[in-house]
Amino acid sequence: MTTVLGIEGTAWNLSAAIVNENDVVAEVTETYRPPTGGIHPREAAQHHAKYASQVIRDLLDEGKQHGVNIGNIDAIAFSQGPGLGPCLRTVATAARMLSLSLNIPLVGVNHCIAHIEVGRWKTPASDPVVLYVSGANSQVLAYRMGKYRVFGETLDIGIGNAFDKFARNAGLSHPGGPKIEEYAKNADGYIPLPYVVKGMDFSFSGLSTAATDALKHASIEDVCYSFQETAFAMMVEVTERALAHTGKSEVLLAGGVGANMRLREMLDIMCDDRGASFYVPEKRFMGDNGAMIAYLGLIMFESGTVTDIDRSHVNPNFRPDDVEVTWIAEDPGIGGTK
Amino acid sequence: MYLTSGAEATVHLEDGVIIKERVPKRYRLVELDERIRKERTRAEARLMSEARRVGVPTPIIYDINGSTIKMEYITGEPIKNVITPLLSERVGEIVGRLHSGGIIHGDLTTSNMILHDDKIYLIDFGLAFVSSIVESQGVDVHVLFQTFESTHKDHEKLIEAFCKGYGKTFENADDVIKRVKEIEKRGRYA
Repeated sequence: MTTVLGIEGTAWNLSAAIVNENDVVAEVTETYRPPTGGIHPREAAQHHAKYASQVIRDLLDEGKQHGVNIGNIDAIAFSQGPGLGPCLRTVATAARMLSLSLNIPLVGVNHCIAHIEVGRWKTPASDPVVLYVSGANSQVLAYRMGKYRVFGETLDIGIGNAFDKFARNAGLSHPGGPKIEEYAKNADGYIPLPYVVKGMDFSFSGLSTAATDALKHASIEDVCYSFQETAFAMMVEVTERALAHTGKSEVLLAGGVGANMRLREMLDIMCDDRGASFYVPEKRFMGDNGAMIAYLGLIMFESGTVTDIDRSHVNPNFRPDDVEVTWIAEDPGIGGTK
Repeated sequence: MYLTSGAEATVHLEDGVIIKERVPKRYRLVELDERIRKERTRAEARLMSEARRVGVPTPIIYDINGSTIKMEYITGEPIKNVITPLLSERVGEIVGRLHSGGIIHGDLTTSNMILHDDKIYLIDFGLAFVSSIVESQGVDVHVLFQTFESTHKDHEKLIEAFCKGYGKTFENADDVIKRVKEIEKRGRYA
């Protein structure tokens, strides 16, 4: 049985986990919560540096309680990107140190793909079109011929950041998404906002600005509602097109913004109308978590991938389509042609 | 007669007339859904007429009503079934004229081109938009080259012939072809 320890810390969540092929053995998380405003990269990195050793110590203790000792760990996985540079460097340093001091191989993983693979692990989805929505990222992806291809993505900021920007202007605290979802429930009506889909891509920065301007003449409830309806419809439309284009029959929702119930409902309706299956992992695997990093590290390690220390530099703009997928066997069941 | 159903619209043939209707999406709020379908239907019809004005054969629009377009049915053979290097060169000329006119088709495949009366018609402007930037033109051509590669054996000759025709009718052809090569390297689907 392969066992991997993984560390996540691309943004505000510092989380480490030990997983094996069957399940998560242990997980410890320490979240950076800005007192005001949004995530300050340097302060988030300082938070991670302060808590990294404590989190890993607690994790190893928890592992021991479940029968996993340091000697049982086969690899150390960490998020190599994308993410905030200072945070990535802090976590990479912790991972390298563990790898060198324990003499265990290192596996650098792509954070976006970790979101996808944990979903394939923890739901029945096998070859899905993925809608990945978080603070900084908004992408529609699917596996085809050796890579997770990006079929559509945001041309500017991620949906979570668009919500946060609006929330800050509206006087709401970070993170904005959950507050916007609450306000939207009490709306009286829809106010028109720019719906920006260009080919297979979408754009949120103008929409966020338009929503902020709308606060001058409409209630915050109506603006939150209209913002959500517009932004989510844009992404569901592109997800549907990717389904039609690839001929796949599953949709997987990934990333922290996937916690939004209205987004889930819209995807569910779209899938229902197309006869596709819709999957959402349980909440602990939606936002950034150490388990997904450990799990992707595990399947990469099993397929023969290790990262040499001198090639373990972080990449804040690491794209999912830069990664050669070595852990999926080419068979008619997955990655079929269009 | 029912013809096709994509992610966005259904296409029927009735009394020799094509009826294309953008279908409502239940996941979208009704007022938002209606606005989008109407805007896109109008844009599609406008760009088809505009394309014809710059010398690209397209079906004639008979009527627009809400999110429904009635248009001419072009009989003939899809280019997909009859493509040769000679025809590919003519496809290049047509796409060159379209791009010179500032129009991007958005779904250039050999199934969306019909050979009728020795003229090549472009159909399905559902994803078309106005743009004169090299990136958009490059993606347009890239999509076509992908269908060459996935459905036609001698795609290299077809690509070469296309470029020849494209260069005849479009000033910036060389820049676009250069960009297509970059887009291919990105390995991204657009």
